[in-house]
Amino acid sequence: MSNVALGAPFTAAESSTIRSDFAILSRTVRDEKPLVYLDSGATSHKPRQVLDAERAFYEERNSAVHRGAHQLAEEATDAFEGARETVARFIGAQPQEVVFTKNATEALNLVAYAFSNAAAAGAMDGVDPALAARFALGVGDEIVITEMEHHSNLVPWQELARRTGATLRWIGITDDGRLNLDDLQTVITARTKVVAFTHVSNVLGTINPVAAIVDRARAVGALTILDACQSVPHLAVDVAGLGVDFIAFSGHKMLGPMGIGVLWGRYELLAAMPPFLTGGSMIEIVTMAGTTYAAPPQRFEAGVPMAAQAVGMAAACDYLTALGMERVTAQEHELTEALLAGLSQRPWVRVIGPVDGRDRSGAVAFVVDGIHPHDVGQILDDAGVAVRVGHHCAWPLHRRMGITATTRASFAAYNTLAEVDVLLTALDRVPVIFGTVV
Amino acid sequence: MDLYQEIILEHSKRPLHAGLREPFDAEVHHVNPTCGDEVTLRVHVSGEGQSAVVADVSYDASGCSISTAATSVLAVEVIGHGVKEALASYLAMKSMLTSKGVDPGDEEQIGDGVAFAGVAKYPARVKCALLGWMAFTDALTQAGVDISATSTATPASATSDNDTTRNAITHNAMEDS
Repeated sequence: MSNVALGAPFTAAESSTIRSDFAILSRTVRDEKPLVYLDSGATSHKPRQVLDAERAFYEERNSAVHRGAHQLAEEATDAFEGARETVARFIGAQPQEVVFTKNATEALNLVAYAFSNAAAAGAMDGVDPALAARFALGVGDEIVITEMEHHSNLVPWQELARRTGATLRWIGITDDGRLNLDDLQTVITARTKVVAFTHVSNVLGTINPVAAIVDRARAVGALTILDACQSVPHLAVDVAGLGVDFIAFSGHKMLGPMGIGVLWGRYELLAAMPPFLTGGSMIEIVTMAGTTYAAPPQRFEAGVPMAAQAVGMAAACDYLTALGMERVTAQEHELTEALLAGLSQRPWVRVIGPVDGRDRSGAVAFVVDGIHPHDVGQILDDAGVAVRVGHHCAWPLHRRMGITATTRASFAAYNTLAEVDVLLTALDRVPVIFGTVV
Repeated sequence: MDLYQEIILEHSKRPLHAGLREPFDAEVHHVNPTCGDEVTLRVHVSGEGQSAVVADVSYDASGCSISTAATSVLAVEVIGHGVKEALASYLAMKSMLTSKGVDPGDEEQIGDGVAFAGVAKYPARVKCALLGWMAFTDALTQAGVDISATSTATPASATSDNDTTRNAITHNAMEDS
């Protein structure tokens, strides 16, 4: 299995052009040091093209979409729905299967709440009973996640289990940071109704074997939800090829704006699901006695939607498409290999996660012997290198690996080999300052 | 960089008064959810009212150099001192840490604590330096000491949450999503 499609990394000239699209990359930090931003796993920067698209929306066609009959309202609605088409195309989906949410966390909660809301009287009226049964969750049923989940694909399922009486189970992690597939048969069983897992670990960088998990989930009739926050920005993602039932991802990690995320779901499933947030826009007919709901995706988009952000996210899709996702993957793969090689030469550093580039994305977490990640991050910051320190919203994962926290470098299309060198050089100061290596 | 003063590195490598001891009047456990750092801290108070004295502070901490060193300095500064004086040290420490570099700290009042003045320039690390101190004031409350004068005297510039003194297990405000 190889999920990494290898094109060619960017040439120096191409990298330079890409970087010139990101104004923030030319700023300095901490006493005039050039910014080396290696925290794109937390949030990526946004190119001028994305910012221009948002600005143009506000300056030229700002209006509340799906409301009003004036020209601006029409243009704003066209821009919003056009953005939906672009995002859908980017992941190989149909536009009506793309729901805009506040972020990926909301997208995952939307699905989790569909299960508990389905239990309300009348919620599934008119839905094919076989389909409705897939959303029926109660005592004796099981929800399966993995031990490497980000809290956003963990806590909503814990809460769903608590609300419904279902049991939460999980697939474990091996010592080298991959899912323990030996668990598949025993953890995913006839009692499993939901399997939610991450495509790419935000800490370990592991690219998970989606097909193997989906095959098992399908065999037992469970619905599958894929957290694609760390894959969509870095790998070509095609929902049809993945075979899952839902995917969630955010705009801000893929060079797009903050405040927008996407839930993609198979249309027949979305059409069967009760709403999550209710109010304006998501209705069909409202009387004082009750309400019927709009068809998806509007059913899940209550309130005036984030049209400018949708337009910005579409611009980010266009930007990544123009770069070529295979080349983005290749660029980040080269940086990951270089960083892993550099770290392997430092015996006082231990990588948490796969130590080679196979089925691995560009999030590299590590610990430095005897030195807390906060202190590591501080020394790197002093050299202008921005990394993430802490548990990266994956506390159980860290506990499983026997550590409290890690330092994580993560890449995006705009990063360069020279930046990996700056990181490694700055890292060498850490044991010197703390006197752990003589 | 002026953050890692020699004195901080020294305290972090060899924290003073570390370890959990008997007797104690209250034990609290505080966590920094950003990084998972934690401290279990016990306080033993002798005497009452105005003459109450911090007889002992003992702790088991797992954290970064800043939080470990700050807890070590805390122990040095409060053990054997009056509760009133200890709370004044806490306020002086907090004021310095949350002053964004304006308050250089008073060595008379916080001793080695002045080495942490540089932390104030790094808002993300203020929580680390205050973890032990927050646990200490919480433990005093649990031990029945009235620290209300301290809470109301919180400097206006304070960015840390006073909620940390509310529960035995408390999370600092800086959330790591």
